Amino acid sequence: MAEYKLELKGICKSFPGVKALDNVQLSLRPGTVHALMGENGAGKSTLMKCLFGIYKMDAGEIYLDGQKIEVGNPDEAMKHGIAMVHQELQPVPARSVAENLYLGRFPTKGFGPFQVIDHKKMYEETEKWLKEVRMEFDPKAQLGTLSIGQMQSVEIAKAVSQQAKVVIFDEPTSSLSDNEVEALFRIMNELRDKGVTMVYISHKMDEIKRIADDITVMRDGTYVGTWPADELTTDQIIAKMVGRELTNVYPEKENAPGEVIMEVKNLCSIHEKSFQNVSFKLRRGEILGFGGLVGAQRTELMEGIFGIRGVASGEIHVHGKKVNIKHPIDAMNAGIGMITEDRRGNGIFGCLSIKDNVGVSVYNKYLNAGFVLDHKKINGVVDDNIQKLRIKTPSMKEHISNLSGGNQQKVIISRWLANDPDVLIMDEPTRGIDVGAKHEIYEIMNSLAKQGKAIIMISSEMSELLGMADRICVMCNGKLTGEIDQPEDMTQAKVMSYATKF
Amino acid sequence: MEKTNQQKIKDFLINNGVIIVMFVLVIYTGFTSDNFFTGNNLMNILMNMSPRLVIALGIAGCVITAGCDLSAGRMIGLGACISGVLLQRMDYSGKFFPDMEPLNVVLVALIAMLICAAFGTVTGFFIAYLSVPPFIATLAMMEIVYGLGLIFTNATPLGGYIKEYTNVANGKFLGINYLIWIAILVAAITWFIFNMTRHGKYMYAIGGNPQAAEVAGVPVKKTLILIYMKAAAMYGLAGFMLGAKAGGASVQTGYGYEMEAIAACTIGGVSVTGGRGKVSSAIVGVAVFELLKVALQYLGMNANAQYIAIGIVIFVAISLDIRKYIAKK
Repeated sequence: MAEYKLELKGICKSFPGVKALDNVQLSLRPGTVHALMGENGAGKSTLMKCLFGIYKMDAGEIYLDGQKIEVGNPDEAMKHGIAMVHQELQPVPARSVAENLYLGRFPTKGFGPFQVIDHKKMYEETEKWLKEVRMEFDPKAQLGTLSIGQMQSVEIAKAVSQQAKVVIFDEPTSSLSDNEVEALFRIMNELRDKGVTMVYISHKMDEIKRIADDITVMRDGTYVGTWPADELTTDQIIAKMVGRELTNVYPEKENAPGEVIMEVKNLCSIHEKSFQNVSFKLRRGEILGFGGLVGAQRTELMEGIFGIRGVASGEIHVHGKKVNIKHPIDAMNAGIGMITEDRRGNGIFGCLSIKDNVGVSVYNKYLNAGFVLDHKKINGVVDDNIQKLRIKTPSMKEHISNLSGGNQQKVIISRWLANDPDVLIMDEPTRGIDVGAKHEIYEIMNSLAKQGKAIIMISSEMSELLGMADRICVMCNGKLTGEIDQPEDMTQAKVMSYATKF
Repeated sequence: MEKTNQQKIKDFLINNGVIIVMFVLVIYTGFTSDNFFTGNNLMNILMNMSPRLVIALGIAGCVITAGCDLSAGRMIGLGACISGVLLQRMDYSGKFFPDMEPLNVVLVALIAMLICAAFGTVTGFFIAYLSVPPFIATLAMMEIVYGLGLIFTNATPLGGYIKEYTNVANGKFLGINYLIWIAILVAAITWFIFNMTRHGKYMYAIGGNPQAAEVAGVPVKKTLILIYMKAAAMYGLAGFMLGAKAGGASVQTGYGYEMEAIAACTIGGVSVTGGRGKVSSAIVGVAVFELLKVALQYLGMNANAQYIAIGIVIFVAISLDIRKYIAKK
């Protein structure tokens, strides 16, 4: 048996204008979990997409069990026993679990031209594979009705059902709640015991320390090195990823909360299972953290406040005055801004320039004669923000889709800064953003708080919540289950105890 | 990574493929046919382009928001008929309103635009507030407008226009027909709306990502209604222009022009997936279409076979255009 299950050697890949991968290597020992780490844009996903045949690499070789193989497309990768659980799941939500699992390779019965899909077999097999990954739900259930964690289990079941020998997990936990992460790790451990080799991409250090056997670090499209996981401390990993020692991940807290700026009273969603009877106060100059497990309805609550989702009853007061918010425009008029969780889904305009992405919310403010856009002033505002937030781009005319996640997020922040709200809701502000950019966003948040703005931050990362928030509200199952306002009480255990108070 | 010259040339060829082919075809036609490169012929082509450009610019707004407008053709028919009945000579035997003096030409153009705009507003309402997909909503409006037009005109063709009306097509200012001036004016106004007003920016935002537009505080519903209203007004104007040019009209006027306009927009680079497209895209698209038709005529191609050629051009043009936007892998 070869020393390595899978080896990638000298992989190079260029995109127009960027060298995404430069002579990268990766060696996976059989039956191990291999963490692939690096900042966003380091080339992890690109490397995996080359391996999986989604991208065609410019140069390099792939060896499976010591044999050189060619992977031209995902289909061929799967035939070699390589499967991938994607960063963004790409299922068919309107169809059943079983159909998703067997998409493209439906079991058939009959002969010759009279082949029909063998539904009975498909459902039975699906049930078997779901059991294999310890997920027992109805194979006939419509996929779209499942949670993201469950959908991911379906993807894993799919990989298992294909007898995959190498499974790539591309940031599988970025949208999972803690108990779903536990379930995933249990499955991964079982797969490892069965001799499956896994690649695990994640930004979450604690997860890496728990699950990984080996760690390979990449930086700016190049290979930095591979180490056994237990030889590296978290700080060392971060240092290797960014190429510098990060002394402190979170900036010093020196916010001085002032008077109450917004008050939410007994807010109830139009949906019974969503947020109910939520009340809280927000002060000037503070960062109010919202913690909880995924599914705690934090996003729904904030989108309710911002007028994106329906609110059945309850009141919102801003500056002591009751406001009636039915649409984001009402919220903006009340001085509220919101950076949504799903940047690509309802944050950025991918095909528009940075300027248009920033300008879209503020055109009302820059008009000549009441209707002609004052492009000169708008350019000034955009340029100002590009410099202030250190957005890395050749010009404001660049399409936002060409920027990295961190820079895209900064553009969205610019949009709201240009709008100058008193209250800024930030839903998972650093999701999918690399360590360096994360730090910059934390600094931006703190400087905003210092300017007297009130910030609500939803975060599913415990350390971020504890590190950034001046006060923490915890939600569970649509209800506000706890509030922590003393710094000495801000502990992981306390937050978790509220978050699981069903 | 620096692009080599060879790659640059290749990119240029792909990005401008259709236009290059058009140039080649036009030059070839010009050298093989006698009176292709004449001022007269050029003016003719511009005259044909003018109403089509107005339609294409209207429909471009819809396409940029990832919509479409199938009602355009029938709206043009309605606009042409409305203009027609209000601008017939008193001594014309088949006059629709025998006792009514013909109205002022400019006023009639505005009336045609207003009535069409009213219908466009209804379409926009269904699209924006009741979430009816544009394809279906405009299909429904297409049927309604056609039916109303048939009832209104009794399905009889109109003619006998006053000289002032036909003069809109034939009359000249600075040696250029009024019809062409109208198209230039509409193009300029549209450029202004697309680039210099909130409405234009909102239109691109909605086309780029409707959910994000909602969150960013864009008045999505109002903007959509305005787009379909504005587009319909332009179809009304185009109907008025076509009536002037032909010296007559019927409900069939403009039939099928909506497809031609959508095709022209996409050939020029208005993306049907939304968010992309300029005024120049519509101009280029309409020009390519018109030049192709005329060149093929000059080359003596069977009139029926020309449809096939146009279809092929659409296939090729869109295939090339889409390459610019598909992420390179």
